Amino acid sequence: MFDVVADREERVMLLLDYAERFRPVPSSIATPPYPEDRKVPYCESDAYVWMTQNPGGTITPHFAVENPSGVSAKALAAILMEGLQGATPEEAASVSEDIVERIFRQNISMGKGMGLTAMVQRMAAEAKAMSGKATAHG
Amino acid sequence: MTSTEVRAYAHPEVLVSTDWVAQNLKTSGIRLVESNEDVLLYSSGHIPGAVQVDWTADLNDPLRRDYIGKGAFEALLSRIGVTPETTVVFYGDKSNWWACYAFWVFQLFGHTKAKIMDGGRLKWEKEGRPMTREIPAYPSTQYTARDRKDAPIRAFRNDVLAHVAAGRPLVDVRSPEEYSGQRLHMPNYPNEGALRGGHIPGARSVPWSRAADPENGTFKSAEELWKIYRQEQGLQPTDDVVAYCRIGERSSHTWFVLTYLLGFQHVRNYDGSWTEWGNLVDVPIER
Repeated sequence: MFDVVADREERVMLLLDYAERFRPVPSSIATPPYPEDRKVPYCESDAYVWMTQNPGGTITPHFAVENPSGVSAKALAAILMEGLQGATPEEAASVSEDIVERIFRQNISMGKGMGLTAMVQRMAAEAKAMSGKATAHG
Repeated sequence: MTSTEVRAYAHPEVLVSTDWVAQNLKTSGIRLVESNEDVLLYSSGHIPGAVQVDWTADLNDPLRRDYIGKGAFEALLSRIGVTPETTVVFYGDKSNWWACYAFWVFQLFGHTKAKIMDGGRLKWEKEGRPMTREIPAYPSTQYTARDRKDAPIRAFRNDVLAHVAAGRPLVDVRSPEEYSGQRLHMPNYPNEGALRGGHIPGARSVPWSRAADPENGTFKSAEELWKIYRQEQGLQPTDDVVAYCRIGERSSHTWFVLTYLLGFQHVRNYDGSWTEWGNLVDVPIER
């Protein structure tokens, strides 16, 4: 979807809309203060990642963004949560960090994209671990 | 919270308070500039009248790893309606981290009529002050800049090599894990773009965020800062100091603290920082 939104202002508004739709990890899974082992490294927005498996084998990623100014992290989290609805662990594990550049376009550089990239990588790593367990037991 | 005036800084005039900004929102001759780590933040809401100057989009050369030249700087200042007589007030997220970086780049061109709003976005928001999504449009101005002058405040790799050989002090403002090289060995994560971890020989580890209060983004008092940089680290205001981090973003905050708040006379920001040093062939590294 973001590939077709060429107009910068429109893209920014769309991302802000996603940020506003972000809902943090449900309290049934985790409550603050969140454990360090869930924290995304390099992320200046203090983001955390969890992944749960649904009946039927699909996954649901969950995020927390503790920095109130972490608008980009919230937008990315909301996009990933929406985009991965009904996804298998394998599909989630195959999400590439290129998605950050595609979503945020020229706004992201080596200087600022690392935290967002790390969010994607952490999410994919959680999914990979989950698919590995499924393979081991399946 | 004590006002900026009583915190005994070397150059207290370089900081303005949120009160001062609120009182001067419509004062001519002042331009508010927001510069953030988060690229969506300005669009999500900013101080009325503030323009955005983004480090990536506005201050960097699009081809070479360098900052913009004189022509591009003049075009930028013209676009945001600034003249050499305009006082530019920088502010942003993360305790004014990227605001200090933009401030530093403006000093390469000698725009000394520059200030930082203490506390940045966080303090402004916590105080419940007005924000808007309206993007201001200022008439283009005529801005004639001087040629960029890097030497006083910017260190290049050869400067750093000489600095290390002479045993002069450096301040590594990254996290202790980055300083020790431990962070580089995390599988599956971006490794800061560096092939090697560790720090530049002679660098002391003083994470940048120690200079700020995370609750409201303000700079600590001079007394608290002296405890860190002088008593703890043994630095003197006459020292020739080089500060660095990954790409110079955090170290510009420390450069600002040492230069303007503590009155250090010769501090340079090594913007190549660890993304350069950690990939440079045949330079010394410590862990």
